Formats: sequence, C-alpha cells, structure tokens
Amino acid sequence: MADINKKAKTTNPFESIIEALFVFFEKKINMYAFIVLAVGFLVVFPNVSSRFTQEIMTNLFFYVVVCLGLNIIVGYAGLLHLGYAAFFAVGAYTTGILSSRMGMDFWLTIPFSIVAAVIAGLAIGFPTLRLRGDYLAIVTLGFGEITRLTIRNLDITGGAIGLIGIQRPVLFGITLNQITHFYYMFFILAIIAIIVSYRLENSRMGRAWEYIREDEDAAAAMGINVVTTRLYAFIIGSSFGAVGGSFFAAKMTAISPDSFMFIHSVMFLMAVVLGGMGKIPGVVLGSMLVVLIPEVARGIGPYRLLIFGFLLLIIMLYRPQGIWPDKPAISAKE
Amino acid sequence: MALLEIKDLTLRFGGLCAVNALSLEIEEGSIRSLIGPNGAGKTCVFNCMTGFYIPSDGEIKFQGQSLREKKPHYITYLGLARTFQNLRLFKGMSVLENVMSGMHCRSKAAFLTTVLRTKGQKAEERHIREVAEECLDFVGILDKKDFIASNLPYGDQRKVEWARALATQPKLLLLDEPAAGLNKDEKSRLIELMHRIRDERDITIFLIEHDMGLVMKISEKIFVIDYGVKIAEGNAQEVRDNPKVVEAYLGKEEEETA
Repeated sequence: MADINKKAKTTNPFESIIEALFVFFEKKINMYAFIVLAVGFLVVFPNVSSRFTQEIMTNLFFYVVVCLGLNIIVGYAGLLHLGYAAFFAVGAYTTGILSSRMGMDFWLTIPFSIVAAVIAGLAIGFPTLRLRGDYLAIVTLGFGEITRLTIRNLDITGGAIGLIGIQRPVLFGITLNQITHFYYMFFILAIIAIIVSYRLENSRMGRAWEYIREDEDAAAAMGINVVTTRLYAFIIGSSFGAVGGSFFAAKMTAISPDSFMFIHSVMFLMAVVLGGMGKIPGVVLGSMLVVLIPEVARGIGPYRLLIFGFLLLIIMLYRPQGIWPDKPAISAKE
Repeated sequence: MALLEIKDLTLRFGGLCAVNALSLEIEEGSIRSLIGPNGAGKTCVFNCMTGFYIPSDGEIKFQGQSLREKKPHYITYLGLARTFQNLRLFKGMSVLENVMSGMHCRSKAAFLTTVLRTKGQKAEERHIREVAEECLDFVGILDKKDFIASNLPYGDQRKVEWARALATQPKLLLLDEPAAGLNKDEKSRLIELMHRIRDERDITIFLIEHDMGLVMKISEKIFVIDYGVKIAEGNAQEVRDNPKVVEAYLGKEEEETA
C-alpha cells in the first residue's frame, strides 16, 4: 500500500513541497531575495566556520564548476560522457607544466588550458559525434584511461609521482595560499559557471541542444547542424572541466595521475545524474550530495560508497529524471 | 526557370527501387501535389529532396543549385522547409520554443555573445521570439504559445508544425500529408491556410496527400507516381481522366472523390 502511494504523484509529499517551491520562486522578488541571502551567507561563511568546513565547501564549489561543465555535455546535449576526468586532467596538467616547469604566471596558463581542452575535445568529438547511440560513451571511457596512462608514463608530466611546485596564484599583490582565499576563488568560479550555464541554457544554442535531444531528425529539418551543435557542447563542457582543473592544480600545488582516475569521472557523472540532468539547481544539489555525504558518513569508513549505491538505486527506481523536478507541465503563467 | 527541378531521380534500397527515374518541375508561386497509392515512394521523394536520403542517381536542383549530398540543415538554410508525415514536434518543449527552432538557421549568436549577453544577442533573441509569435499568429494558435507541445490536441499540433516550418522562412514548403487525421472542418481551413501561405508569404507549396478531394481542390498541377515511377501529371481533371491513374490509384470501380 505504501508503495502505491509513493508512485502516485499527487499523494507524494515530496512532490507537493517541490510544487510549492516552484510557486514561491515564480515570483521574481522571492527568487532574488533567496539568491541574495544565499550569496550573503556564503560570503560571510568563512568567518564563522572552521578551516576544515571551508575545505569541504571549497571542494563543493569545485564540484559545482566541473559538474556544470559535464552537465552541458550530458544534460544539455544528451551525450553520455564517461571520461570527463581526462579533460579535468588536461587543464590541471597544462597549468601544472606551464607553471612548475616554465614558471608561467597562473592566470596566463588558463587560456592555454582552455585551448588544450578544445583541441582534445575536437580530437575526441569530431570523429565520434556524428555517430548515434553509445559509441561516444565507449570512446570517452577509453580516452579517460588513455589520458591517465599517458600522463603516468611521460617525463614532462612527472610520471607516476606527478608534478610538484606549481606556483600559487597572485591576485592584487596577494599570494593566494590560505584556504579562505581558495574558498572565495572557487566560490566566484562557481558563480561564473552558474551564470554561463544559465545564459547558455536560455539561448539559441541551449535551445538547439534541447531540440537535438528531443528529436535529432526534426532538429536537422529545422536547419540545425546536429554535428557542430553537439561539438560545441562537447568543447564548451570540456573547457569548464579544464578551467576547474587549472584551479585545482593551483590549489593543490602538486598533482599526480591518481587525481584523475575513472572513479572521478564516475563521481562527476553521478552528481549530474543524481541531481537532475540539464537542470542547474539539480546539478548543484547533486554536487552537494556527492561532496557532503562522504563527509557526513566519515564514521563508517570505506562503506560510505555503499550509500551512493543505494541512493542511485532509489533514484533510478523512483525519480529517473533526477532529484530536482522538471518544470511543471502546466505553466503557472497561463 | 523552375524553383525546383528534379531530373531522373532514382533511389534504391538494395534491390528495391523506391523511386525510379522521376522527373518533375515546380514553378515559383505554384501549389503542386504528389499523389500515389500507399508505398508508391512519395515520402522517399521528400526525403531525397531534404537530404535525409541520398539519391542513388539523378539530380535535384533548387534555384539552380544542386542539393545532392547536401545535409538536411543546409537544405533548410537554402529555403526548403518540410513537415513530417507523423508529427515530429519537440514534445517536451513549449509551443513557442518549438516554433523558435525554425529561426535557428536565420540567426547566429555563438558562445561568446551568448555568455556576455551582448546587445546584438539580446536583439536577436527578441527577433527570434517575434518571428515565432508572428508565425503562430499566422496559423492561428498564438494564444497557446506557452503550452507544452504534447499537451495540445492533434489539430493544433499540426499547426505548430506548420508554424515551425514557416519560421525557417522558406521559399518552398514541403508538406507531407498535411491533412492526415484532420476533420472536414479543419481540412477546409487547411486549404484556406495553404492559399494564404502562398499568396501572403510568397511561398511555393509542394504536398503529398492521400485525401483526393483536397488535392483536387488545391493543386494547379498534380504528379502521380506508382512504384516510384511517374505515371501521370496534369490538372485535376486530366489526372482524374487518365486511365493509368484510375487503374493504379483510384481502383477499377472509379471511386468517388469526396
């Protein structure tokens, strides 16, 4: 009996809470008030929290940036990507090599890492994006592993030991080396990522991705170049990951191939899928779950990964579209 | 010169010849129909014209330019829009967003201007919206623009498809069975709409249709194909009187045509 109630949409308490939220946020004032409060809270947060908590929050912001990038590929364009950590690695190592080996200023390395991600994205995307179905998943999975193994075996990347001595970024004469600095840096980065995602989503390009996801042939008949539009998603998404990687390298000052394992690709993908593909608040929520659950469940040690297993199962059974809901079908505007 | 010229178009699937040496011409500003029994290869002709199938042989020229080996999106860009036999709307999106898709090939905002929300990009977004609304108004469902496409009744979904095709600002509109599933009332409004599309928007119309009554009423010239071969062409009277057509299409009893 309880099971039936859960599936019937109208009686599910979760759904009604969400619906109420949607009505609440329909008013622009409420929306802005919420954003101001949330941003204000996060700005003062470092003053009232421990360094450890700040570290976790920094990690959360980092996840938001990277997962929003993956969301462009998986959520908006509907392409299953299983090797996203590779693009993250491309960014981190570009910055790492340029900074530790050539002494380049951190901020100057970012354009290079974007260019590197674009080249890698084109190399992977161009031959595979014209295919339908799951080929891309296999290719990206392979690319992820190839990248990691290549990094592990090249001299310039420092082999299995990795790179050390990546320089700290300097901003307005201040060397960013405190956790509080990085907290704010990643916070700003996350906000930029959200704004960019939002603007892309509500644009000609964002709609084109949605058209293709809904019906590839109809989209082509409407004059949308399916291959280049997908390639755009792939490259833009990869660039997000690379920028995230660059900042990651600057924060850690040392990187090694172990930071870019398949499991990281899986965690990024899980954050996107759990929260809700193609929905910015969903991705933020998913990132929170993926970052915070292991911290909360630290007590049970290695078994905490099990929690994700159960969570994913429950989500797949009851909310395949992700925790965050789709917009209600009957628009309140009407 | 004809707006569209098809010369010796042949399409084979393995041993099956779906379209066989078909030639026809469509003059600018005309309404033309392609009819034929089920499986005669009508939709295949459309798919060849719009780049979804690559013809095995022959030539399709649109405004003197060959469409061979051109991708569907580029053909739409050149000014050849189509609707689908089975509705192919973007089901989960709003009616307005559906129609806005047609403007994609007439706009150009890319990554940087989108992220920076430049003046040009905002103006373009407004323009896309205005054109989409105008097209919805033209087919008469502007009041339903915020509905999710799949929640509309069938007749209205058809209108969304036309509006979407109009939004690509075509010179030639290909309608694949536009009257399928419509009632008598809706059909007469469809005929009126097609005339308005041609007269007010200067769009040439080429349609595939099963409803003989509608075809006879609207088209100045009809092409009849059977088994991929053109067996007749001419006006309604000529086609109706052609013994080959009677045999292939209307059957031996010479059915009444509504």
